[in-house]
Amino acid sequence: MTIQFNDETFRDDYSFRNSDWAIKRFPFPFHEDSYMYSVNMEQHRGGPEGSIYENRFDVDEHYVSEMRDRAMVLADDPLRCQSMPHMTLAGWDLLELIMVSKSEDYPDLFELHRDGNNWRWVNKPLGIDDSFVFLDETTLPYGPMEYITRQAQGDFCVLDQRDDNLWMDAGMVTTQADWSLDFDIGMNFFEWHAPVPLAHEKGIFVRALKFLLNIQQGAPARRLNWTMTVNPLLDTSPENYHKWGIQKTTLSPENIGSKQHLRVELQTFFRLPRSNALVFPIRCYLCSFQDLMTVPKWGRRLHRVIRDLPEELATYKGFIDNRPMMLDYLSSFDDGQATSDGIWPDLESEPPLKA
Amino acid sequence: MTKFTFPESIRSRPVYGTLEARKGAAHLLIADAHGAEAILDVATPEMMAKAHIIYIPKGEAFEGKLRALKPAQFYAGPSYEAAESRIQKAFEDAKMGLQVYLTGTEGLMGQAQHAAMQAGIPHTAIQTEHRGSVARRMQCVHCKGITEDVETDPFVCAHCGLNLFVRDHYSRRLAAYQGVCIDAEDPGNVPEAKGIYE
Repeated sequence: MTIQFNDETFRDDYSFRNSDWAIKRFPFPFHEDSYMYSVNMEQHRGGPEGSIYENRFDVDEHYVSEMRDRAMVLADDPLRCQSMPHMTLAGWDLLELIMVSKSEDYPDLFELHRDGNNWRWVNKPLGIDDSFVFLDETTLPYGPMEYITRQAQGDFCVLDQRDDNLWMDAGMVTTQADWSLDFDIGMNFFEWHAPVPLAHEKGIFVRALKFLLNIQQGAPARRLNWTMTVNPLLDTSPENYHKWGIQKTTLSPENIGSKQHLRVELQTFFRLPRSNALVFPIRCYLCSFQDLMTVPKWGRRLHRVIRDLPEELATYKGFIDNRPMMLDYLSSFDDGQATSDGIWPDLESEPPLKA
Repeated sequence: MTKFTFPESIRSRPVYGTLEARKGAAHLLIADAHGAEAILDVATPEMMAKAHIIYIPKGEAFEGKLRALKPAQFYAGPSYEAAESRIQKAFEDAKMGLQVYLTGTEGLMGQAQHAAMQAGIPHTAIQTEHRGSVARRMQCVHCKGITEDVETDPFVCAHCGLNLFVRDHYSRRLAAYQGVCIDAEDPGNVPEAKGIYE
Protein backbone atom coordinates (compact mmCIF):
# COMPACT_ATOMS: atom_id res chain seq x y z
CA MET A 1 0.00 0.00 0.00
CA THR A 2 1.06 3.59 -0.48
CA ILE A 3 0.98 5.82 2.56
CA GLN A 4 -0.13 9.43 2.21
CA PHE A 5 2.08 11.30 4.67
CA ASN A 6 0.42 14.11 6.65
CA ASP A 7 1.92 17.57 6.92
CA GLU A 8 1.08 18.32 10.56
CA THR A 9 2.39 19.60 13.88
CA PHE A 10 2.58 18.18 17.41
CA ARG A 11 3.02 21.57 19.09
CA ASP A 12 1.78 25.17 18.89
CA ASP A 13 -1.22 24.93 16.54
CA TYR A 14 -1.46 21.13 16.90
CA SER A 15 -2.57 20.35 13.37
CA PHE A 16 -2.04 16.59 13.99
CA ARG A 17 -4.99 14.52 12.74
CA ASN A 18 -5.74 10.82 12.36
CA SER A 19 -7.34 9.67 9.13
CA ASP A 20 -10.17 7.10 9.25
CA TRP A 21 -7.52 4.52 8.36
CA ALA A 22 -5.38 5.55 11.32
CA ILE A 23 -8.33 5.50 13.73
CA LYS A 24 -9.39 1.98 12.74
CA ARG A 25 -5.83 0.67 13.21
CA PHE A 26 -5.25 2.58 16.45
CA PRO A 27 -3.80 0.26 19.11
CA PHE A 28 -6.60 0.47 21.65
CA PRO A 29 -4.87 -0.90 24.74
CA PHE A 30 -7.70 -2.44 26.76
CA HIS A 31 -8.64 -6.05 26.00
CA GLU A 32 -11.34 -6.04 28.68
CA ASP A 33 -13.47 -3.50 30.57
CA SER A 34 -10.91 -2.94 33.35
CA TYR A 35 -7.17 -2.36 33.65
CA MET A 36 -4.39 -3.36 36.01
CA TYR A 37 -0.68 -3.78 35.43
CA SER A 38 0.42 -7.10 34.08
CA VAL A 39 3.37 -8.56 32.20
CA ASN A 40 1.27 -8.50 29.07
CA MET A 41 3.96 -9.72 26.69
CA GLU A 42 3.38 -11.56 23.47
CA GLN A 43 5.58 -12.49 20.55
CA HIS A 44 6.09 -9.74 17.98
CA ARG A 45 5.54 -11.94 14.94
CA GLY A 46 3.36 -9.79 12.74
CA GLY A 47 -0.40 -9.43 13.04
CA PRO A 48 -3.52 -8.73 10.99
CA GLU A 49 -2.84 -7.10 7.63
CA GLY A 50 -2.81 -3.32 7.93
CA SER A 51 -2.58 -3.40 11.72
CA ILE A 52 0.20 -1.72 13.62
CA TYR A 53 1.45 -5.20 14.52
CA GLU A 54 1.97 -6.29 10.92
CA ASN A 55 5.55 -5.08 10.47
CA ARG A 56 8.59 -5.03 12.74
CA PHE A 57 8.68 -1.21 12.67
CA ASP A 58 5.32 0.31 11.80
CA VAL A 59 5.40 3.29 9.44
CA ASP A 60 2.22 5.35 9.24
CA GLU A 61 0.86 8.64 7.93
CA HIS A 62 2.56 10.62 10.73
CA TYR A 63 6.09 9.47 9.85
CA VAL A 64 7.47 12.54 8.10
CA SER A 65 5.96 15.03 10.54
CA GLU A 66 7.08 13.03 13.58
CA MET A 67 10.65 13.03 12.30
CA ARG A 68 10.46 16.78 11.81
CA ASP A 69 9.24 17.17 15.40
CA ARG A 70 12.08 14.96 16.67
CA ALA A 71 14.65 17.14 14.89
CA MET A 72 13.17 20.21 16.58
CA VAL A 73 13.33 18.59 20.02
CA LEU A 74 16.96 17.59 19.46
CA ALA A 75 17.91 21.07 18.30
CA ASP A 76 16.48 22.47 21.53
CA ASP A 77 17.92 19.78 23.80
CA PRO A 78 20.66 17.50 22.41
CA LEU A 79 20.70 15.52 25.70
CA ARG A 80 17.58 13.68 24.51
CA CYS A 81 19.89 11.43 22.54
CA GLN A 82 22.79 9.88 24.45
CA SER A 83 24.91 6.78 24.07
CA MET A 84 27.58 5.67 26.49
CA PRO A 85 30.88 4.76 24.81
CA HIS A 86 30.43 0.99 25.18
CA MET A 87 27.08 1.14 23.35
CA THR A 88 28.32 2.08 19.88
CA LEU A 89 28.30 -1.51 18.63
CA ALA A 90 24.69 -1.86 19.79
CA GLY A 91 23.96 1.30 17.79
CA TRP A 92 25.23 -0.42 14.64
CA ASP A 93 23.14 -3.48 15.47
CA LEU A 94 20.10 -1.24 15.72
CA LEU A 95 20.88 0.56 12.49
CA GLU A 96 21.12 -2.78 10.70
CA LEU A 97 17.91 -4.09 12.26
CA ILE A 98 15.90 -1.03 11.24
CA MET A 99 17.37 -0.72 7.75
CA VAL A 100 16.89 -4.41 6.95
CA SER A 101 13.38 -4.49 8.42
CA LYS A 102 12.12 -1.34 6.74
CA SER A 103 13.62 -2.15 3.33
CA GLU A 104 12.02 -5.61 3.44
CA ASP A 105 8.67 -4.50 4.87
CA TYR A 106 8.29 -1.27 2.87
CA PRO A 107 10.27 -1.80 -0.37
CA ASP A 108 8.49 1.11 -2.06
CA LEU A 109 9.69 3.53 0.65
CA PHE A 110 13.11 2.26 1.76
CA GLU A 111 16.03 0.57 -0.01
CA LEU A 112 19.16 -0.97 1.43
CA HIS A 113 21.98 -2.00 -0.93
CA ARG A 114 24.85 -3.89 0.65
CA ASP A 115 28.20 -4.81 -0.88
CA GLY A 116 30.28 -6.14 1.98
CA ASN A 117 30.51 -3.27 4.44
CA ASN A 118 29.76 -0.66 1.79
CA TRP A 119 26.10 0.17 2.28
CA ARG A 120 23.71 2.52 0.52
CA TRP A 121 20.53 3.55 2.32
CA VAL A 122 17.65 5.20 0.53
CA ASN A 123 14.81 6.73 2.57
CA LYS A 124 12.34 8.13 0.04
CA PRO A 125 9.84 9.79 2.43
CA LEU A 126 12.64 11.83 4.05
CA GLY A 127 14.62 12.34 0.83
CA ILE A 128 17.78 10.62 2.10
CA ASP A 129 20.24 8.71 -0.08
CA ASP A 130 23.45 8.02 1.89
CA SER A 131 26.37 5.72 1.22
CA PHE A 132 28.51 4.71 4.18
CA VAL A 133 30.76 2.00 5.54
CA PHE A 134 29.05 -0.26 8.05
CA LEU A 135 30.81 -0.15 11.46
CA ASP A 136 32.78 2.99 10.48
CA GLU A 137 31.36 5.93 12.43
CA THR A 138 33.31 8.49 10.43
CA THR A 139 31.17 7.76 7.36
CA LEU A 140 27.86 8.86 8.96
CA PRO A 141 26.76 12.38 9.97
CA TYR A 142 25.77 11.12 13.46
CA GLY A 143 26.54 8.08 15.60
CA PRO A 144 24.75 4.99 14.24
CA MET A 145 21.94 5.00 16.81
CA GLU A 146 21.22 8.70 16.36
CA TYR A 147 21.44 8.44 12.58
CA ILE A 148 18.85 5.70 12.25
CA THR A 149 16.52 6.84 15.03
CA ARG A 150 16.23 10.26 13.42
CA GLN A 151 14.52 8.22 10.71
CA ALA A 152 12.34 5.92 12.80
CA GLN A 153 9.15 6.78 14.69
CA GLY A 154 9.07 6.18 18.43
CA ASP A 155 11.63 6.41 21.19
CA PHE A 156 14.44 3.89 21.42
CA CYS A 157 16.12 2.66 24.58
CA VAL A 158 19.18 0.51 24.03
CA LEU A 159 19.79 -1.68 27.05
CA ASP A 160 23.07 -3.33 27.92
CA GLN A 161 22.77 -6.75 29.54
CA ARG A 162 25.16 -7.65 32.36
CA ASP A 163 25.01 -8.86 35.99
CA ASP A 164 21.59 -10.43 35.29
CA ASN A 165 20.13 -6.99 34.75
CA LEU A 166 19.39 -4.52 31.97
CA TRP A 167 21.06 -1.11 31.95
CA MET A 168 19.70 1.97 30.21
CA ASP A 169 22.99 2.92 28.60
CA ALA A 170 21.82 4.55 25.36
CA GLY A 171 18.67 6.07 23.98
CA MET A 172 16.81 8.43 21.68
CA VAL A 173 13.94 9.81 23.71
CA THR A 174 11.82 12.69 22.39
CA THR A 175 8.23 11.34 22.59
CA GLN A 176 8.26 10.09 26.16
CA ALA A 177 5.52 9.83 28.75
CA ASP A 178 7.20 12.12 31.26
CA TRP A 179 10.54 10.47 32.02
CA SER A 180 14.03 11.78 31.46
CA LEU A 181 16.71 9.82 29.61
CA ASP A 182 19.31 12.28 30.80
CA PHE A 183 18.40 11.50 34.40
CA ASP A 184 17.84 7.76 33.99
CA ILE A 185 20.78 6.92 31.73
CA GLY A 186 23.07 4.38 33.39
CA MET A 187 20.30 3.01 35.65
CA ASN A 188 19.33 -0.64 35.86
CA PHE A 189 15.84 -2.02 35.18
CA PHE A 190 14.62 -1.65 38.77
CA GLU A 191 16.10 1.81 39.25
CA TRP A 192 14.57 3.42 36.19
CA HIS A 193 11.17 1.90 37.02
CA ALA A 194 11.46 2.96 40.67
CA PRO A 195 8.83 5.74 40.51
CA VAL A 196 6.08 3.44 39.12
CA PRO A 197 3.49 2.76 41.85
CA LEU A 198 1.98 -0.67 42.72
CA ALA A 199 3.84 -2.69 40.10
CA HIS A 200 6.91 -3.42 42.25
CA GLU A 201 4.71 -4.84 45.00
CA LYS A 202 2.95 -7.05 42.48
CA GLY A 203 6.26 -8.53 41.37
CA ILE A 204 5.70 -7.18 37.86
CA PHE A 205 9.25 -5.97 37.32
CA VAL A 206 10.93 -9.12 38.60
CA ARG A 207 8.93 -11.23 36.17
CA ALA A 208 9.28 -8.76 33.31
CA LEU A 209 13.06 -8.64 33.73
CA LYS A 210 13.29 -12.43 33.77
CA PHE A 211 11.36 -12.51 30.50
CA LEU A 212 13.41 -9.78 28.86
CA LEU A 213 16.79 -11.24 29.81
CA ASN A 214 15.83 -14.35 27.85
CA ILE A 215 14.67 -12.74 24.63
CA GLN A 216 16.49 -14.39 21.75
CA GLN A 217 17.61 -13.14 18.38
CA GLY A 218 14.84 -13.31 15.82
CA ALA A 219 12.14 -13.73 18.48
CA PRO A 220 11.08 -10.19 19.46
CA ALA A 221 8.28 -9.51 21.93
CA ARG A 222 5.77 -6.69 22.38
CA ARG A 223 3.24 -5.17 24.75
CA LEU A 224 1.04 -2.08 24.93
CA ASN A 225 1.16 0.61 27.58
CA TRP A 226 -0.92 3.77 27.82
CA THR A 227 -1.45 7.15 29.44
CA MET A 228 -3.37 10.37 28.76
CA THR A 229 -2.17 13.56 27.06
CA VAL A 230 -3.96 16.87 26.61
CA ASN A 231 -3.34 18.06 23.04
CA PRO A 232 -1.43 15.82 20.61
CA LEU A 233 1.90 16.72 22.18
CA LEU A 234 4.63 14.17 21.48
CA ASP A 235 7.27 15.77 23.69
CA THR A 236 5.69 15.34 27.13
CA SER A 237 9.11 15.38 28.75
CA PRO A 238 9.88 16.28 32.34
CA GLU A 239 12.47 18.68 30.92
CA ASN A 240 9.66 20.75 29.42
CA TYR A 241 6.94 19.99 31.97
CA HIS A 242 7.05 23.55 33.30
CA LYS A 243 5.95 24.62 29.80
CA TRP A 244 3.37 21.97 28.87
CA GLY A 245 1.90 21.10 32.30
CA ILE A 246 -0.40 24.12 32.12
CA GLN A 247 -2.09 22.66 29.05
CA LYS A 248 -3.76 20.07 31.28
CA THR A 249 -5.84 22.90 32.75
CA THR A 250 -7.23 23.99 29.38
CA LEU A 251 -9.72 21.12 29.14
CA SER A 252 -13.41 22.05 29.16
CA PRO A 253 -16.61 20.07 28.56
CA GLU A 254 -16.75 21.75 25.13
CA ASN A 255 -13.23 20.91 23.96
CA ILE A 256 -12.47 17.64 25.75
CA GLY A 257 -13.46 15.48 22.79
CA SER A 258 -10.88 17.06 20.52
CA LYS A 259 -8.20 18.00 23.07
CA GLN A 260 -7.97 14.93 25.28
CA HIS A 261 -5.91 12.16 23.71
CA LEU A 262 -5.37 8.57 24.68
CA ARG A 263 -1.64 7.98 24.35
CA VAL A 264 -0.65 4.41 23.61
CA GLU A 265 2.83 2.99 23.48
CA LEU A 266 3.63 -0.04 21.40
CA GLN A 267 6.67 -1.38 23.21
CA THR A 268 8.75 -3.95 21.39
CA PHE A 269 11.89 -5.81 22.41
CA PHE A 270 14.57 -7.12 20.07
CA ARG A 271 17.82 -8.90 20.90
CA LEU A 272 20.74 -7.37 19.00
CA PRO A 273 23.18 -9.85 17.45
CA ARG A 274 26.72 -8.49 17.93
CA SER A 275 26.39 -6.59 21.21
CA ASN A 276 23.83 -8.88 22.89
CA ALA A 277 22.09 -5.64 23.88
CA LEU A 278 18.32 -5.38 23.91
CA VAL A 279 16.62 -2.61 21.99
CA PHE A 280 13.37 -1.37 23.42
CA PRO A 281 11.47 0.79 20.92
CA ILE A 282 8.58 2.73 22.48
CA ARG A 283 6.29 3.85 19.72
CA CYS A 284 3.71 6.48 20.63
CA TYR A 285 0.26 6.59 19.05
CA LEU A 286 -2.18 9.38 19.85
CA CYS A 287 -5.95 9.41 19.33
CA SER A 288 -8.46 12.04 20.42
CA PHE A 289 -11.42 11.00 22.53
CA GLN A 290 -13.85 12.07 19.80
CA ASP A 291 -12.11 9.88 17.24
CA LEU A 292 -12.06 6.92 19.64
CA MET A 293 -15.79 7.36 20.22
CA THR A 294 -16.45 6.58 16.54
CA VAL A 295 -15.85 2.94 17.53
CA PRO A 296 -18.82 1.96 19.77
CA LYS A 297 -16.93 -0.81 21.56
CA TRP A 298 -14.07 1.50 22.49
CA GLY A 299 -16.49 4.16 23.76
CA ARG A 300 -18.18 1.73 26.12
CA ARG A 301 -14.91 0.23 27.30
CA LEU A 302 -12.89 3.41 27.79
CA HIS A 303 -15.59 4.79 30.07
CA ARG A 304 -15.52 1.66 32.26
CA VAL A 305 -11.74 1.49 32.44
CA ILE A 306 -11.26 5.13 33.39
CA ARG A 307 -14.12 5.02 35.89
CA ASP A 308 -12.72 1.98 37.72
CA LEU A 309 -9.00 2.76 37.55
CA PRO A 310 -7.29 2.81 40.98
CA GLU A 311 -6.56 6.31 42.18
CA GLU A 312 -2.78 5.71 42.36
CA LEU A 313 -2.70 4.91 38.67
CA ALA A 314 -4.78 7.92 37.67
CA THR A 315 -2.43 10.07 39.74
CA TYR A 316 0.73 8.48 38.35
CA LYS A 317 -0.59 8.84 34.81
CA GLY A 318 -1.25 12.50 35.53
CA PHE A 319 -5.00 12.81 34.89
CA ILE A 320 -6.52 12.52 38.36
CA ASP A 321 -7.70 16.16 38.29
CA ASN A 322 -9.34 15.76 34.90
CA ARG A 323 -10.90 12.37 35.54
CA PRO A 324 -14.35 13.69 36.55
CA MET A 325 -14.59 15.72 33.33
CA MET A 326 -13.44 12.73 31.29
CA LEU A 327 -16.11 10.55 32.88
CA ASP A 328 -18.83 13.13 32.19
CA TYR A 329 -17.84 13.02 28.54
CA LEU A 330 -17.25 9.28 28.23
CA SER A 331 -20.40 8.20 30.08
CA SER A 332 -22.59 9.36 27.20
CA PHE A 333 -20.87 6.76 25.00
CA ASP A 334 -21.52 3.90 27.41
CA ASP A 335 -25.01 2.44 26.99
CA GLY A 336 -24.27 -0.47 29.32
CA GLN A 337 -24.15 -3.13 26.59
CA ALA A 338 -21.61 -5.94 26.82
CA THR A 339 -18.34 -5.64 24.89
CA SER A 340 -16.45 -8.28 22.95
CA ASP A 341 -13.12 -9.63 24.18
CA GLY A 342 -9.88 -8.25 22.79
CA ILE A 343 -8.61 -4.90 21.61
CA TRP A 344 -9.92 -4.89 18.03
CA PRO A 345 -12.69 -2.44 17.03
CA ASP A 346 -15.07 -5.21 15.83
CA LEU A 347 -17.06 -2.63 13.86
CA GLU A 348 -18.94 -5.32 11.93
CA SER A 349 -20.10 -7.31 14.93
CA GLU A 350 -20.48 -4.87 17.84
CA PRO A 351 -23.82 -3.04 18.15
CA PRO A 352 -24.04 0.71 17.56
CA LEU A 353 -24.58 3.02 20.53
CA LYS A 354 -28.18 2.92 21.79
CA ALA A 355 -29.82 6.30 21.65
CA MET B 1 21.26 13.80 66.54
CA THR B 2 23.61 12.80 63.73
CA LYS B 3 22.06 9.40 62.93
CA PHE B 4 18.78 9.37 61.05
CA THR B 5 16.59 6.47 59.99
CA PHE B 6 15.38 7.19 56.49
CA PRO B 7 11.82 6.11 55.71
CA GLU B 8 11.34 3.25 53.24
CA SER B 9 11.40 4.46 49.71
CA ILE B 10 11.61 3.51 46.04
CA ARG B 11 14.19 1.28 44.40
CA SER B 12 16.40 4.00 42.96
CA ARG B 13 16.92 5.64 46.34
CA PRO B 14 20.28 4.70 47.88
CA VAL B 15 20.46 2.95 51.23
CA TYR B 16 23.41 3.33 53.56
CA GLY B 17 24.94 1.04 56.13
CA THR B 18 27.25 1.27 59.10
CA LEU B 19 30.98 1.42 58.54
CA GLU B 20 32.98 -1.54 59.74
CA ALA B 21 36.74 -1.91 59.83
CA ARG B 22 37.84 -4.32 57.13
CA LYS B 23 41.17 -5.82 56.33
CA GLY B 24 42.81 -3.95 53.50
CA ALA B 25 46.09 -3.03 51.86
CA ALA B 26 45.12 0.62 52.23
CA HIS B 27 42.14 2.60 53.51
CA LEU B 28 40.65 5.70 51.94
CA LEU B 29 38.15 7.51 54.18
CA ILE B 30 36.18 10.43 52.74
CA ALA B 31 33.82 12.37 55.00
CA ASP B 32 32.10 15.68 55.48
CA ALA B 33 30.77 17.40 58.61
CA HIS B 34 29.37 14.79 61.07
CA GLY B 35 30.79 11.96 58.99
CA ALA B 36 33.86 12.53 61.15
CA GLU B 37 32.01 10.81 63.98
CA ALA B 38 31.64 7.63 61.96
CA ILE B 39 35.36 7.68 61.20
CA LEU B 40 36.13 8.13 64.89
CA ASP B 41 33.88 5.12 65.59
CA VAL B 42 35.46 2.83 63.02
CA ALA B 43 39.14 3.84 63.18
CA THR B 44 41.71 1.46 64.60
CA PRO B 45 45.44 2.12 64.97
CA GLU B 46 46.12 -0.65 62.46
CA MET B 47 43.77 0.95 59.91
CA MET B 48 45.10 4.45 60.51
CA ALA B 49 48.68 3.34 59.80
CA LYS B 50 47.56 2.75 56.18
CA ALA B 51 44.81 5.39 55.99
CA HIS B 52 44.22 8.47 53.89
CA ILE B 53 41.48 10.71 55.30
CA ILE B 54 39.89 13.39 53.16
CA TYR B 55 37.60 15.60 55.23
CA ILE B 56 35.30 18.52 54.40
CA PRO B 57 34.45 20.09 57.79
CA LYS B 58 31.55 22.32 56.60
CA GLY B 59 31.93 24.31 59.81
CA GLU B 60 32.09 21.31 62.17
CA ALA B 61 34.99 21.12 64.62
CA PHE B 62 36.21 17.54 64.19
CA GLU B 63 39.47 18.22 62.37
CA GLY B 64 41.61 18.04 65.52
CA LYS B 65 40.08 14.73 66.60
CA LEU B 66 40.62 13.22 63.17
CA ARG B 67 44.24 14.36 63.06
CA ALA B 68 44.71 12.83 66.51
CA LEU B 69 43.92 9.43 64.96
CA LYS B 70 47.30 9.84 63.23
CA PRO B 71 46.29 8.69 59.76
CA ALA B 72 49.17 8.16 57.33
CA GLN B 73 47.77 11.00 55.20
CA PHE B 74 45.27 13.70 56.10
CA TYR B 75 43.60 16.49 54.16
CA ALA B 76 40.91 18.96 55.15
CA GLY B 77 39.37 21.08 52.44
CA PRO B 78 36.75 23.83 52.18
CA SER B 79 34.31 22.06 49.83
CA TYR B 80 33.77 18.89 47.81
CA GLU B 81 34.46 20.82 44.61
CA ALA B 82 37.79 21.97 46.02
CA ALA B 83 38.71 18.42 47.01
CA GLU B 84 37.37 16.76 43.87
CA SER B 85 40.58 16.48 41.83
CA ARG B 86 42.40 15.14 44.89
CA ILE B 87 39.67 12.54 45.41
CA GLN B 88 39.81 11.50 41.77
CA LYS B 89 43.58 11.11 41.98
CA ALA B 90 43.30 9.02 45.12
CA PHE B 91 40.95 6.63 43.28
CA GLU B 92 43.03 6.58 40.11
CA ASP B 93 46.17 5.77 42.10
CA ALA B 94 44.40 3.03 44.06
CA LYS B 95 45.90 -0.46 44.14
CA MET B 96 44.18 -3.80 44.64
CA GLY B 97 43.08 -4.21 48.24
CA LEU B 98 42.00 -0.63 48.86
CA GLN B 99 39.03 -0.26 51.20
CA VAL B 100 36.85 2.84 50.73
CA TYR B 101 34.78 4.41 53.53
CA LEU B 102 32.34 7.21 52.65
CA THR B 103 30.40 8.98 55.36
CA GLY B 104 28.52 12.17 56.03
CA THR B 105 25.87 13.78 53.83
CA GLU B 106 24.22 12.03 50.91
CA GLY B 107 25.77 14.53 48.51
CA LEU B 108 29.29 13.72 49.68
CA MET B 109 28.77 9.98 49.58
CA GLY B 110 27.04 10.07 46.20
CA GLN B 111 29.71 12.12 44.50
CA ALA B 112 32.59 10.18 45.99
CA GLN B 113 30.92 6.88 45.12
CA HIS B 114 30.50 8.04 41.53
CA ALA B 115 34.17 9.00 41.38
CA ALA B 116 35.10 5.57 42.77
CA MET B 117 32.97 3.72 40.23
CA GLN B 118 34.40 5.81 37.39
CA ALA B 119 37.87 4.76 38.50
CA GLY B 120 36.83 1.11 38.48
CA ILE B 121 36.82 0.53 42.25
CA PRO B 122 34.66 -2.58 42.84
CA HIS B 123 31.44 -1.74 44.68
CA THR B 124 32.22 -4.52 47.17
CA ALA B 125 35.17 -2.43 48.41
CA ILE B 126 33.01 0.62 49.15
CA GLN B 127 31.10 1.18 52.39
CA THR B 128 28.83 4.10 53.24
CA GLU B 129 27.29 5.48 56.39
CA HIS B 130 25.03 8.49 56.61
CA ARG B 131 25.70 11.01 59.39
CA GLY B 132 24.52 14.54 60.01
CA SER B 133 22.41 16.65 57.70
CA VAL B 134 19.65 14.96 55.70
CA ALA B 135 19.92 17.66 53.03
CA ARG B 136 19.91 16.45 49.44
CA ARG B 137 21.86 17.24 46.34
CA MET B 138 19.17 18.00 43.74
CA GLN B 139 19.23 18.20 39.97
CA CYS B 140 16.66 20.48 38.34
CA VAL B 141 15.19 18.35 35.55
CA HIS B 142 14.40 21.52 33.60
CA CYS B 143 17.67 23.47 33.52
CA LYS B 144 19.93 20.58 34.69
CA GLY B 145 21.55 22.76 37.35
CA ILE B 146 22.54 21.12 40.65
CA THR B 147 21.46 22.71 43.93
CA GLU B 148 23.52 21.47 46.87
CA ASP B 149 22.32 20.84 50.42
CA VAL B 150 18.58 21.22 49.82
CA GLU B 151 16.77 20.96 53.16
CA THR B 152 13.20 21.82 52.23
CA ASP B 153 10.49 20.63 49.91
CA PRO B 154 9.68 22.51 47.76
CA PHE B 155 12.78 24.60 47.11
CA VAL B 156 13.92 27.17 44.57
CA CYS B 157 16.39 26.01 41.91
CA ALA B 158 19.64 27.93 42.49
CA HIS B 159 20.12 28.21 38.71
CA CYS B 160 16.79 28.86 36.94
CA GLY B 161 14.66 29.93 39.90
CA LEU B 162 11.78 27.50 39.30
CA ASN B 163 9.93 26.13 42.34
CA LEU B 164 10.81 22.45 42.50
CA PHE B 165 9.49 19.55 44.51
CA VAL B 166 11.87 16.94 45.86
CA ARG B 167 11.52 13.46 44.39
CA ASP B 168 13.01 10.26 45.79
CA HIS B 169 14.13 9.26 42.28
CA TYR B 170 17.91 9.22 42.36
CA SER B 171 20.64 9.03 39.72
CA ARG B 172 23.95 7.52 40.78
CA ARG B 173 25.56 8.96 37.65
CA LEU B 174 24.58 12.47 38.70
CA ALA B 175 24.78 11.73 42.43
CA ALA B 176 21.57 13.71 42.73
CA TYR B 177 17.86 13.46 43.31
CA GLN B 178 15.41 14.87 40.79
CA GLY B 179 13.64 18.18 41.29
CA VAL B 180 10.50 18.89 39.23
CA CYS B 181 8.48 22.08 38.87
CA ILE B 182 5.71 22.06 41.49
CA ASP B 183 3.47 24.78 40.13
CA ALA B 184 3.49 24.01 36.40
CA GLU B 185 -0.25 23.33 36.38
CA ASP B 186 -1.12 26.23 38.66
CA PRO B 187 1.59 28.89 38.38
CA GLY B 188 2.30 30.68 41.63
CA ASN B 189 0.53 28.12 43.79
CA VAL B 190 3.56 26.91 45.76
CA PRO B 191 2.94 25.15 49.06
CA GLU B 192 4.88 26.33 52.08
CA ALA B 193 8.33 24.75 52.27
CA LYS B 194 8.73 22.02 54.90
CA GLY B 195 11.64 19.84 55.93
CA ILE B 196 12.03 16.95 53.48
CA TYR B 197 11.06 14.32 56.09
CA GLU B 198 8.45 16.40 57.94
